[in-house]
Amino acid sequence: MSIELRHLTHVYAEGSAFRSVALEDINLTIRDGDFLALVGHTGCGKSTLVQHLNGLLTPSSGQVLVDGEDLAGEGVNRRALRMKIGLVFQYPEYQLFEETVAKDIAFGPKNLGLKAEEVDARVRAAMAQVHLDWQKYAERSPFELSGGQMRRVAIAGVLAMQPEVLVLDEPTAGLDPHGRDRILGIIEELHRQGTTVVMVSHSMEDVARLATRVAVLSHGKLLAEGTPREIFSRQEMMTEAGLAVPEAARLCASLRAAGIDLPADLYTEDELYDSLLKRWKEAGR
Amino acid sequence: MNLKSITLGQYYPVESPIHRLDPRTKILLTLALMVAVFLVRSLVGYALLLGFVYLAARIANVPFKLMMKGIKPLRFILILTFLLNLFFTTQGNVLFHWQFITLTDQGLKLSVHYSLRLMFLVICTSLMTLTTSPIQLSDGLEILLSPLKAIHFPAHELAMMMSIALRFIPTLLEETDKIMKAQMARGADFESGNLIARAKAMVPLLVPLFVSAFRRAGDLAMAMEARCYHGGEGRTRLRVLKFTRADLYAALAVAGLLVLIILEGRLLPAGWLL
Repeated sequence: MSIELRHLTHVYAEGSAFRSVALEDINLTIRDGDFLALVGHTGCGKSTLVQHLNGLLTPSSGQVLVDGEDLAGEGVNRRALRMKIGLVFQYPEYQLFEETVAKDIAFGPKNLGLKAEEVDARVRAAMAQVHLDWQKYAERSPFELSGGQMRRVAIAGVLAMQPEVLVLDEPTAGLDPHGRDRILGIIEELHRQGTTVVMVSHSMEDVARLATRVAVLSHGKLLAEGTPREIFSRQEMMTEAGLAVPEAARLCASLRAAGIDLPADLYTEDELYDSLLKRWKEAGR
Repeated sequence: MNLKSITLGQYYPVESPIHRLDPRTKILLTLALMVAVFLVRSLVGYALLLGFVYLAARIANVPFKLMMKGIKPLRFILILTFLLNLFFTTQGNVLFHWQFITLTDQGLKLSVHYSLRLMFLVICTSLMTLTTSPIQLSDGLEILLSPLKAIHFPAHELAMMMSIALRFIPTLLEETDKIMKAQMARGADFESGNLIARAKAMVPLLVPLFVSAFRRAGDLAMAMEARCYHGGEGRTRLRVLKFTRADLYAALAVAGLLVLIILEGRLLPAGWLL
């Protein structure tokens, strides 16, 4: 499933004193199997963009095409499409409402109109995907779990609909390192199994490690888009957008500035380590 | 549904001499205007009021249309007031009679008066709410009510509760919007089905909303206590309210209007233009 944004513009409170342009002329294509990271400083329009991907917001002008079909078009079943494009909001644990974890996760599949057995199977599968033991957690109240566990329940609630595209808005915000690694591991696993992923993130390290493509937003405009290697080699552009590059890329740039001959486009720790090791070995010989 | 489009407290944030007036002045003058509304005896008086309000809207940089919009939610009450007074007043000369329906000149007069009064009450208050931010309003109210502290009226607490409530309305609206969208992303349907289905559909919205409202209340109480809040005793203000020359002019303008309206009631022959 591919999603194409064409000249997407979104204006909040058009025609009033509160008018503000959140997104301006965004052109972006999310292809099947992509892991697209959406980066940008706070208030640059990431969350607004994300809500266009499954039709929760409609563009002020421009189009969102899902498999070539305009989301705002007449006769489009937005509710059905919404469930194929799973959206996990920021702090999704605040949307939990059911008495038990299993019931909460079942909310989405039930809305799909599935049979009870199928719903149950999907709940179990989704819980397994987020590493929550069914035996232990299915009948517990979601409100008595820890923050990280609640977030996994909320993500399971979206996964249970088996979306083809998974969109996550800062899925690791406010979690401890352990909880963060868990969530990122789950997302990585889903992508490996073929789910298209769009993730909003502030951590360039996570982006460097996981994303296949990066889109940089700044003040509602798409500043750049490309592979992590292309994006992270443009340090000036990233600074302009109010962002940092991964620590490895920064270290690499400093080393190059100090006269050490390294490739210009290294951005992961492993790459940097390997090149440094190679140089060290060559020098030692 | 777009919750962002709801403007609460109806504050219209622009720069104008009326926006800069002391909130106490605006509260008191609004009360004076309401008194004026009840003193009006003829259509001339209403015309005077309308002229005054229109002028005030121009000075306040607020579209006059927006002010008139405040009447819209009241249209049923207005129509009802008009019709009830029209048909159920039996005093006065009969103008029209058909079977059980009787229209009298007194009835016509009363119904026009009552519905115009209601309209002007709404317009006058919206002049205040459109030009005064909710925070200013509760600040002004607190000071105006503080003499009542002598009889143990909790003026400060009331104002504090009001400002907290007002402060959290946009937050809760935003939260509602967000939870609604999150549930819609999971296929919730808030817009179709019969009454019972719709009421049931609200559960996934209301439970998280209440949970977060309680969490926020707890957090806020904690944050206030951590900064040693212990009620109004001995508290000073960040924004000290001060009467200026503009407040005097505003008061004079309203006083002038009051005089004109009283004169209008006395001088015009009775029954002239209603």
